[in-house]
Amino acid sequence: MATASKNKTNDAAVSSAAPASSGSIATFNKDQEVSAYRDMLLIRRFEEKAGQMYGMGLIGGFCHLYIGQEAVVVGMQMALKEGDQIITGYRDHGHMIACGMDPKGVMAELTGRRGGYSHGKGGSMHMFSVEKHFYGGHGIVAAQVPLGTGLAFANRYRGNDNVSVTYFGDGAANQGQVYESFNMAELWKLPAIYVIENNRYAMGTAVNRASAQTDFSKRGVSFNIPGDQVDGMDVRAVKAAGEKAVAWCRAGKGPYILEMMTYRYRGHSMSDPAKYRTREEVEKVRTGHDPIEQVRARILSSKMLTEDEIKKIDAEIRDRVNEASEFATNDPEPDPSELYTDVYRETV
Amino acid sequence: MPDVLMPALSPTMEKGNLAKWLKKEGDTVKSGDVIAEIETDKATMEVEAVDEGTLGKILVPEGTADVAVNTPIATIIAEGESASAAPKAEAKSAAPATPTAPAEAKVADTKSAEAKPAAPAQPVVAADPDVPEGTAMVTMTMREALRDAMAEEMRRDDTVFVMGEEVAEYQGAYKVTQGLLQEFGARRVIDTPITEHGFAGLGVGAALAGLKPVVEFMTFNFAMQAIDQIINSAAKTLYMSGGQMGCSIVFRGPNGAAARVAAQHSQDYSAWYSHIPGLKVVAPSNAADAKGLLKAAIRDPNPVIFLENEILYGQSAPVPQLADYVLPIGKARIVRPGKDVTIVSWTIGMNYALKAAEELAKDGIDAEVIDLRTLRPLDTPTIIESVKKTGRAVTVEEGWQQSGVGAEIAARIMEQAFDYLDAPVARVSGKDVPMPYAANLEKLALPSVADVVNAAKAVCYR
Repeated sequence: MATASKNKTNDAAVSSAAPASSGSIATFNKDQEVSAYRDMLLIRRFEEKAGQMYGMGLIGGFCHLYIGQEAVVVGMQMALKEGDQIITGYRDHGHMIACGMDPKGVMAELTGRRGGYSHGKGGSMHMFSVEKHFYGGHGIVAAQVPLGTGLAFANRYRGNDNVSVTYFGDGAANQGQVYESFNMAELWKLPAIYVIENNRYAMGTAVNRASAQTDFSKRGVSFNIPGDQVDGMDVRAVKAAGEKAVAWCRAGKGPYILEMMTYRYRGHSMSDPAKYRTREEVEKVRTGHDPIEQVRARILSSKMLTEDEIKKIDAEIRDRVNEASEFATNDPEPDPSELYTDVYRETV
Repeated sequence: MPDVLMPALSPTMEKGNLAKWLKKEGDTVKSGDVIAEIETDKATMEVEAVDEGTLGKILVPEGTADVAVNTPIATIIAEGESASAAPKAEAKSAAPATPTAPAEAKVADTKSAEAKPAAPAQPVVAADPDVPEGTAMVTMTMREALRDAMAEEMRRDDTVFVMGEEVAEYQGAYKVTQGLLQEFGARRVIDTPITEHGFAGLGVGAALAGLKPVVEFMTFNFAMQAIDQIINSAAKTLYMSGGQMGCSIVFRGPNGAAARVAAQHSQDYSAWYSHIPGLKVVAPSNAADAKGLLKAAIRDPNPVIFLENEILYGQSAPVPQLADYVLPIGKARIVRPGKDVTIVSWTIGMNYALKAAEELAKDGIDAEVIDLRTLRPLDTPTIIESVKKTGRAVTVEEGWQQSGVGAEIAARIMEQAFDYLDAPVARVSGKDVPMPYAANLEKLALPSVADVVNAAKAVCYR
């Protein structure tokens, strides 16, 4: 097919991986740079380990890795406060770790063990944490968008000033329920931030093959929802955009859309050979725009940390991930009696 | 020194061909580098390095076919390690990288095969609360009873709110929410756009955050737009979260055929929702049950599908005038005791069942009529006890027969009371066609009192 071959080398995707951001770039002090580096690296190493464990047969089913997109969740998290809610789709490991969920519990859920966040009953795509205000982890593309809008509704109903952040991809952005949600969110001025993670491909379909309007920040225009396109590979740009959106929502002005221009390095899931793009395309983003390398380079060039200090952080992160994978490998499977629990809550 | 293992790249892959090495022994590799290509039956895939270091020894040469998943294919020598350490590490087979879990998993499998967990026993549901002697009975329509139930629960609990199309200013498309806006205001009685999928999901999100939404569908026919959110989000989240995150929400509205509105507006969803673990399904037949069960549904910590009926909205019945009349979900009621045949129905089906029982009495057949009231959890013991007494059963529903509620009841009777049956269970149901518009055809498509009488006579061999 002509369109398919035309899109094999999606140069447009690569060149706009770092778009002219309509927002500003936050200035990070040393603590912020180091903390962003640490948080993104933890997600990266966790995901690499998850990929390896999948390859070893320890993780079953579908497993969607977040590698390449780390700056989005880490930057957004820096703009939030206690009580703000997070919800996302099935590419969710990074979001959970960014929320502060324990990598051991996340990895043990991936391996289907009793110490997993859902006691092994949810798996990679379905995890939740009431404590960290993480509302999943949803396997149906775009189902989280009305749900996240409902979280925002609950905040307004209760009269608190918390916001909900609903993450979804460029693929999900074409589902009808997204626009049903946009309409209600603006109509009722709900404190909902919609973060569209545009990683250029909905499974194997490049954005321009599936979307009539490829500028997703404009998808709220007919509902009067403001939107910004953000360099999702630069954690400072993400944080600045996040703060702008959060301020808008907390002020009672209604929802806000942030389109994060990002890129996933791995296939859609572990079983995706990613033949719809060239190796060069991936390589170009990795070498030119990697979110973690950017911070690392800044930390070193501004002499915030020495090479040795960075290496020490790298080792700490690696240990933490190894600890998680060891726990997830050795933790027992759920007790068979768990089969029938948690279908209903007891009626009081 | 970690081994690089032959990876599984899909949920079902067991082996693959090592097509090509992209790195050679001695090359430096870092995490994320593509080091080899493997072929599965579906595609060619890349193997990425997870560890950093130097590619030590290639253990499986390129071109090797059918390499089993988890076979070591190469070693990576980490910084500071020497290549000569390689064979030693191989001999030890690198403990941390060795997947011990599958073996464990097998053990667990055997264990679970030996000790299969027992499905939970039929929960004991309390009987209806006693209505004290001398309690005044107020005659009201089911429409008013439903409204009162919502109003009482909203007075009791600020987290309860009502949303749906035309529920507020219009006072309800079927006037079920009449007066609620005036009493509770626009914060708690919310008109939605015509956007079932969206507002059902929004309601579930609010419920996950701890509110107690009552979501009205103008009819359950329109809820098919929303069924993904009802099933995938509302019904399954508690289980998928290991019991952490519940969803206390009521989806209510008229279900089934009204009159002369044809196929798309006349479907009975009893079987659809009662199929789903995680949902409760309630379908009352009269005003008193409607009030007591809707109050219970709103208080229930689980998602409840509350199936009403447009034709029943205007029917009046006495309702006990009590401050807090709450009925148990999951409990059927024997409306008419009898000894010759058990007739089981619910919601509007009860109209056919009770009239048929009167007709049968004239012919000397004493029918016992059970109103299920709840379809999930189904009150099997009440049905079974009755069938043990009568030896015969007829189910009555407006929905279709295939995979219907009547089919489920018949199966349970067969499983639990087979030896007591004196005749096969008979099912009276809607005919196996989309609902026609023409008055005469519509009448033919629905069950009738005569159908129930005939079925009862047939199982009594009369």
